[in-house]
Amino acid sequence: MKLLIKGGTLISPDQKEIFSTDVLIADGKVAVFGNNLEMDRAFIIDAGGKLVLPGLIDLHAHLREPGFEDSETIATGTMAAAKGGFTSLACMPNTNPVADNSSVISFILNKARQGGKVNVFPIGAITAGSRGEELAEMAGLKEAGAVAFSDDGRCISNAAVMYRAMQYATMINMPVIAHCEDTRLSAQGAMHEGYYSTLLGLKGIPAAAEEVMVTRDIILAGETGCRLHIAHVSTEGSVQLIRQAKARGLRVTAEATPHHFTLTDREVTGYNTSTKVNPPLRTLEDVNAVRQGLRDGTIDVIATDHAPHAQEKKEVEYENAPFGISGLETAVGLVWTELVNTGILSPLEAVEKMTANPARILGISKGILAKGADADLTIIDPARTEKVDPARFVSKGRNTPFAGRMLAGVPVMTIVGGKIVFEYAG
Amino acid sequence: MIKKKNLIGLEHIDAPEIELILDTAVAMKEIVFRPIRKVPTLRGRTITNLFYEPSTRTRTSFELAAKFLNADVINISSSASSVVKGESLKDTVRTLEAMGTDIVIIRHPMAGAANLLAGWIGATVINAGDGAHEHPTQGLLDMFTVREKKGALEGLKIVIIGDILHSRVARSDIWGFLKMGAKVSVCGPATMLPAGIERTGASVYCSIDEALKDADVIIMLRIQLERQKAGLFPSLREYARLFGLNRERLSLAKKDALVMHPGPMNRGIEISGEVADSLQSVINEQVTNGVAVRMAVLYLLIGGGDA
Repeated sequence: MKLLIKGGTLISPDQKEIFSTDVLIADGKVAVFGNNLEMDRAFIIDAGGKLVLPGLIDLHAHLREPGFEDSETIATGTMAAAKGGFTSLACMPNTNPVADNSSVISFILNKARQGGKVNVFPIGAITAGSRGEELAEMAGLKEAGAVAFSDDGRCISNAAVMYRAMQYATMINMPVIAHCEDTRLSAQGAMHEGYYSTLLGLKGIPAAAEEVMVTRDIILAGETGCRLHIAHVSTEGSVQLIRQAKARGLRVTAEATPHHFTLTDREVTGYNTSTKVNPPLRTLEDVNAVRQGLRDGTIDVIATDHAPHAQEKKEVEYENAPFGISGLETAVGLVWTELVNTGILSPLEAVEKMTANPARILGISKGILAKGADADLTIIDPARTEKVDPARFVSKGRNTPFAGRMLAGVPVMTIVGGKIVFEYAG
Repeated sequence: MIKKKNLIGLEHIDAPEIELILDTAVAMKEIVFRPIRKVPTLRGRTITNLFYEPSTRTRTSFELAAKFLNADVINISSSASSVVKGESLKDTVRTLEAMGTDIVIIRHPMAGAANLLAGWIGATVINAGDGAHEHPTQGLLDMFTVREKKGALEGLKIVIIGDILHSRVARSDIWGFLKMGAKVSVCGPATMLPAGIERTGASVYCSIDEALKDADVIIMLRIQLERQKAGLFPSLREYARLFGLNRERLSLAKKDALVMHPGPMNRGIEISGEVADSLQSVINEQVTNGVAVRMAVLYLLIGGGDA
């Protein structure tokens, strides 16, 4: 099957260029670029007025399988990814059992091959059971297909364990993704500590809970030479610390989520549990600092931290609700509405942060649009706007704080390995 | 008339509504002191006390208020209900609503429980204390008590002392008194002053002596023993020494300053027995006034008809 994408505007992070071209896809690979291409026996896709991108990559998603299939499965999570314009995602190991051994990695890869709509790159745990005590068999995880290590959802509180984990990961040339949270400072916290936590009477999570661990992990990365990726940066202080670390030449990268560059802690007013997320929604100053970090390159990646939860788990008291936002199906619209259309990022910069940059950090041969590359493509319509309607999510998690919001920039087609896995139907 | 269906907190209620509740409570207090304390206002109405936390005074106060107005009252406490069987809050209240209750009065250890309830059911919801969020009827009865003694609230200096961080009473008092034109100060250990509290409009002190200067009303808060284990203060001894209200400290306030406490008191810790039993103390009157204020709230929320 050949696909011929005609009339689109291509955004190419590897060539750092935006240009009009047709794209021919054959045998699952990008075959030919050129204007006014014609081809018999090819399925023609009219991309006039649309943007053609390398398939988007989500560096940080929770697929919940194995263990929490009531909240999401690899099948439903990858379907949500496809609808959101993602052709690849890296999934976090906090499943049950934890992906701390090669058999869980193999299980995830098998499930993804059988029922997955997009490419799945599993992330292995840093420590056994993500308990933060003994190292997981990192080399074995890597051989089984893990692309990075993380105990995401938990922070390794023991600095000596994190130090050794970084030494060991560096030995096998793998990145460590850090969830930075001093759990004693954040204990029982449900939202950002500040004026709104005071108004609402909810226990606060201070910005310091994140920043003390960002500081520690940057120091350890400097000591070990580890490739350290800081997950879900949420505070002004963290952005500054990462900026300084990069200026010193450390191999530190960072990501931010759409909710952290869009929403503030004021959103929690009313106790909507869809606003409960870890790290929490912060202040306007923090949101602006994250946006500035994205603009100046301090923050390399936009990742969703897609954390779906079954509805009944979120329909409880705010303190009892689990942390997490279902993010795959709103990411592109939020990036375009909040960052591109506001001039904070150029379309090329936005695409880099969702393609080439995460691919480079994970060491996967994705995120580029070149002749011979895997035909993973995303077509978005930047002119179309759509209202967020959780009832129409294909993810099992409808836990979004963006319900009812008008977003500009809609993924209209997702192509994985030369196959159309999603097409916008209005 | 009160436009709102529910009473969740004093943050989102305006001064004329507070005024109306306090005025109505004056008439209700008269009923409380009649030989036969029963009026037919809420006959045929069902009120459910849904208490997820142990409480004697608030639950009893609401129950009496409802009974004086002739409503039928159901009491549900968490230990005796399906809560212990793992039923969610949402399912519990939906069940109550299906049985036909007009008002649910909820006390819950978690902030926002009353807000959630109000979104889930059609019955009127009254917050009887949710975590560290609000306790609006306590705030109202505090204002009622002060107004009764001082004639008006405007311009008075109200000082709230103790564990502000965990206190729903403090939050309701801050909103209520500020809206009525009083000046509010809060005072406590730095570890128990919540972030950004000054943005409410309250002044903030760590020195009780400074806070008490020229005070018209002193509201002492209960200190919970478990806060010491959580590392928020070193010892009860030091707490009492730095933040306890005793006779000498009381003299720093105005001569006719009122001493209040939402109860239950830790005598000898946040308040000396001598001060608690002094002529300036209105702690017992707060309890009596609580019934009148709750009658007013029940009446205005569902009993007032088109009046």
